[in-house]
Amino acid sequence: MRPRLVISLFLLALAAPAAGEVIHQERSLYRDITVEQNGPRRCLIFNVHRGDRNQTCIDLNEPERLVFNYTRMSFAGLLLTPEPESILVAGLGGGSIPMTFGDLFPDALIDVVEIDPAVVSVAREFFLFEETANMHVHVNDARVFIKRAVLEGRKYDYIMLDAFTGDYIPEHLLTREFLEEVKQILNPDGVLVANTFSTSRLYDHESVTYQRVWNEFYNFKLPTSGNRIIITRDGALPPRGELVGAAQRLAESMEKYSIPLLEYPARMSTRVDWDMSRRVLTDQYSPGNLLRD
Amino acid sequence: MKGGSSSPLPRPVVASVAFVSGFCIMTVEMLGARIMAPYFGGSVSVWGSIITVFMLALAVGYLLGGRLSMRNPNALVFASFYVSAALFSLPIILFADAIMRPIFLAVEDARYGSLLASIVMFSVPTTLLGMISPYSVRLLVESQEHSGQMAGLLFFVSTIGSAAGTLGTSFYFVLWFEVNRILWGAVTALLIAAAIILLAGYMRGSLSLRVSSHET
Repeated sequence: MRPRLVISLFLLALAAPAAGEVIHQERSLYRDITVEQNGPRRCLIFNVHRGDRNQTCIDLNEPERLVFNYTRMSFAGLLLTPEPESILVAGLGGGSIPMTFGDLFPDALIDVVEIDPAVVSVAREFFLFEETANMHVHVNDARVFIKRAVLEGRKYDYIMLDAFTGDYIPEHLLTREFLEEVKQILNPDGVLVANTFSTSRLYDHESVTYQRVWNEFYNFKLPTSGNRIIITRDGALPPRGELVGAAQRLAESMEKYSIPLLEYPARMSTRVDWDMSRRVLTDQYSPGNLLRD
Repeated sequence: MKGGSSSPLPRPVVASVAFVSGFCIMTVEMLGARIMAPYFGGSVSVWGSIITVFMLALAVGYLLGGRLSMRNPNALVFASFYVSAALFSLPIILFADAIMRPIFLAVEDARYGSLLASIVMFSVPTTLLGMISPYSVRLLVESQEHSGQMAGLLFFVSTIGSAAGTLGTSFYFVLWFEVNRILWGAVTALLIAAAIILLAGYMRGSLSLRVSSHET
């Protein structure tokens, strides 16, 4: 009796993720894209066959509300740079991060870089993503886009790197040289926020690399999220008291998006919890996809 | 040459160096994407540029190598393919940034930028490596009826070499070594292959200098 119960529970668990209805599916040059609808919740899923987590979800009844912790956590950079006038987001996904920025800062110039044109059209068609006079999407590789920005002397107040959640890790976006280019396009008071890996050997390599380029950074993790967000800027980080003050000032404006900003400062740590003897990732040595196990 | 039956080089030597050339072609090709990513990104079109240039260079190499094999095929010329491929691979190691930076500045579209950079960096060494295949067939063919068999054997070992170079580079070498160190390894392997050819040719008494002195 009992084994049968266990088996049926197991089968139920297997069946559960497939409960939503697939409303769009396509194979792009870079990945399989699936859009699933489950009641009011609509999710963009990459590489569904591998059982990967949802990439982005929106609640159609309350589209401003951010559904996932990692998307909410991406706004913790506002604690350091509360009023960005120019924003760069690398990696579009369903577009909730740039849309939220656009909603928060209608006058800010927002550039979004996305390598996959199919993701751009899916975000437009299914996730209410819209370009505006101030928000532009560039279909390009983030490395190439940022190198050109360096050349043209373009700088940003808020740089969000969110290109690491697909099936294949873009190894050229993990290197010391890349981060040095990012540093060159960051304004003096600007902030860099990177959504990166919280598990595997890559965590150590990546931490060592960020440390090399930025000296120190906030390591931002929540127990309920598998993501690790790196937050840093050029120069010394502010004391935590300043973050708490900023959180108190900004918390109200974040409620609409379900961003619990007040909880964040306590979770942002500069403590070294990685193996510092790992090799720095460089353009010469960056086997990110072999380090993810 | 003494008698019509003896080829200028022993079969195992030709087969092993054919393996080395196949190995090195794919090692450089696999690293090509890594070398170009900082300037042209990791998009599919960068791979497209690399593979296109390698295919075209190999095609030209096959043609030239076949043409050269008609005139007194010998170990010295054969070894010189390896030496020159090694030498023309050096700019990939030493001047990659100096080559790619002006191309990045001049060409806005990363597709054509990567195509141009591939041509500049990879076309010459790959053409030289391509010349090896038909030339090595000629070195081993002693009679018309065996020509297909020899061609089959050499395509077999060089393609196995390519498979090994692809797997070794993408699974292990990039995990263990820096890109440039792997390239130095390929250059060294090509030079060792050339040395083996010269040594074997010398021992067979078939180095071209000696052959021509017999003929005059």
